[in-house]
Amino acid sequence: MSDEQQLVGIVLVSHSAEVAASVAELAKALSGGAGAVAVAPAGGTASGEFGTSSELVASAAASVDRGAGVAVLTDLGSAVLTVKALLAEGDELPDNTRLVDAPFVEGAVAAVVTASTGAGLAAVEAAAAEAYSYRKT
Amino acid sequence: MLDADFFRRWMTATTALVDRDAERLTALDSPIGDADHGSNLQRGFTAVATALEKDAPDTPGAVLVLAGRQLISTVGGASGPLYGTLLRRTGKALGDAAEVSAEQLAEALRAGVDAVRTLGGAAPGDKTMVDALVPAVDALGDSFAAAGAAAAEGAEATTPLQARKGRASYLGERSVGHQDPGATSSALLFEALKETAGE
Repeated sequence: MSDEQQLVGIVLVSHSAEVAASVAELAKALSGGAGAVAVAPAGGTASGEFGTSSELVASAAASVDRGAGVAVLTDLGSAVLTVKALLAEGDELPDNTRLVDAPFVEGAVAAVVTASTGAGLAAVEAAAAEAYSYRKT
Repeated sequence: MLDADFFRRWMTATTALVDRDAERLTALDSPIGDADHGSNLQRGFTAVATALEKDAPDTPGAVLVLAGRQLISTVGGASGPLYGTLLRRTGKALGDAAEVSAEQLAEALRAGVDAVRTLGGAAPGDKTMVDALVPAVDALGDSFAAAGAAAAEGAEATTPLQARKGRASYLGERSVGHQDPGATSSALLFEALKETAGE
């Protein structure tokens, strides 16, 4: 069962380095035994300001790629647009990298938990997107 | 016919205009945005000018593809992927011809603007860069000067609009009465094209 080692990787892109790193820690912590899932934050610009860095996104995606696909979750604005522009480029992100339409925190938890079960990219994406349907009132 | 040198000069002229107007762009971005449009674009186009000097790509398409990549990787805000996609997609549409006609440029820019609309989801009237780009490309069939004028008019016409895309859209009616910074910087791109063509 060598497939068990090939888990979907998760990238969390936020305008803020602290938000991206903290949500990555939170998702791993809330996922219990999900330690095997590779989760990488890509927050802020390369110079440490609020914004989005295509280099940080590309290197985070490369760092979590185990061959089973990479799910990218973003916060808003330039984070979304930068990932979309990189995907359109064709060669800057690992094969089988997908921008996942999901709420950032809830979606990250769902994605990490689902990825830890060995589920494929489509299942990880569906679980993260489903987090939108959880209403709070 | 327009060669790689023409396209390099167009990008250099855009860099100079962005430098000239950076403070104004940031001022426009203060009431309805996050007050970084001028400095973000200045950083991006400075990187474009540096990269073009270093690499000196030898086709029009390669100049724009390189410029677009630089903008995506250096701007840090939404204008990076948007302008980057505009230039890169336009460059790809030009292919690897050594020279292109004004008509081919107009057609390629239309593909670039379509890609921007797909990426950002904005339509004309949403108070975005699309409001300057679409009329500019439509007028490009007449002349570079007409395109420059149409872009500037399109940017000015965003003032009474309510923003429907981007951060400004959260402001609702309070976005009315301000000229859109992205439409304003898009007009600079076409002002630079007009200058480069000597019109």
